[in-house]
Amino acid sequence: MEKKNLETLVGLFVVLGAVALVFLSLKAANLASFSFDSTYQLKASFDNVGGLKIRAPVKSAGVTIGRIKSISFDDKRFQGVVTMEIDRRYQFPADTSGKILTSGLLGDQYIGLDPGGDDKNLQPGDSIKLTQSAVVLEDLIGKALYGKAAEGGGNRQKEGAK
Amino acid sequence: MNPLDLLAALGARVMGWLNALGHASLFFGDLVRHTPAALRRFDLVVVQIYAIGNLSLVIIITSGAAVGGVLALQAYYALDRYGAAESVGLLVALSLLRELGPVLTSLLYAGRAGTSLTAEIGLMKAGEQLAAMEMMAVDPRSRVLAPRFVAGIVSLPLLAAIFSAVGVGGAYLIAVKLIGIDSAAFWSQMQDGVDVFKDVGNGMVKTIVFGVASTFIALYMGYESEATPEGVAKATTRTVVFSSVTVLVLDFLLTSLMFSIKS
Repeated sequence: MEKKNLETLVGLFVVLGAVALVFLSLKAANLASFSFDSTYQLKASFDNVGGLKIRAPVKSAGVTIGRIKSISFDDKRFQGVVTMEIDRRYQFPADTSGKILTSGLLGDQYIGLDPGGDDKNLQPGDSIKLTQSAVVLEDLIGKALYGKAAEGGGNRQKEGAK
Repeated sequence: MNPLDLLAALGARVMGWLNALGHASLFFGDLVRHTPAALRRFDLVVVQIYAIGNLSLVIIITSGAAVGGVLALQAYYALDRYGAAESVGLLVALSLLRELGPVLTSLLYAGRAGTSLTAEIGLMKAGEQLAAMEMMAVDPRSRVLAPRFVAGIVSLPLLAAIFSAVGVGGAYLIAVKLIGIDSAAFWSQMQDGVDVFKDVGNGMVKTIVFGVASTFIALYMGYESEATPEGVAKATTRTVVFSSVTVLVLDFLLTSLMFSIKS
């Protein structure tokens, strides 16, 4: 009789531990969101993938509809090739464009898909043709400085000519 | 003093440590070797899981709730300065899952279950029960030690999961009910930032490693204790000290391996 009681209590303990683990995985972590739905793959090539990471979201209209599976380098066209897994429920026209966007001002980067108007949809394994690379902060700063310098030089020339 | 004497004493000390280390490693090998036998007699393991796991639940749950609540309070005061008060849940969850859950649970486990294991084995040795078993051709390692080893490895991850889960619950009570942070923001920030495999998974790997280390140390100290009351007392103290230090050092090693700077 006491043996039975003991086994029940130990079983309860193990169940409690398992429930705690499940709670942590579902409520505290991101197991419930998206991970195991059926997906299809799309590719996109960018001149500069910026700070994109694997498992970064792929969003359209601000809603997460996929994740980045892998990032590789194409040494024939010298571009970064991003392979994405998109939820099978959502189909996109063949002339969809992809942009690398930043969430917030300095947050994580993600891919945003803008649908086109084509009748035909992208098939699994297709590549997105129109892409816009990541905004690189250093290039922006360089452009701003160059613009300022050009402006200053132009003004001085005008004054010199006076 | 004669420098040669000092050198000889140092040499003797080092040899003593090497011998102890070797003896402990062989003991660990024996434990692992007898584990299949313990698994075959699973009823023994179940009894030990009750003694080690169930009876630790009270301390684990109360400590978990308290630590979660305290973390939430302190994190709130720190984050509120930067307007990031809604990230309290994220901060508490990451701290608990990655570090505090495994480490604190292991320290509490060493104190509660480790000492009881050491004292039990030590008293068995002092009362010559282990020797009597050997006389009856029952190997004490597979009958007494290996079931406790398996039970410890099984119990610690479960206890750590319960600790972390109760901690998150405690943080929820403090942050949402007491302080008034928005409940949806609390959970969504947490779910966005906590990764199942990197955070929950790595935390569980840590608890398995800590479980192996703490249980092994507790059993070893008990098995090698002097067969006197003072000997058993010394052994239990050594269990707590060694287990705690080992857990903390292993935690540092595992953290630097798991959460390295390259993402």
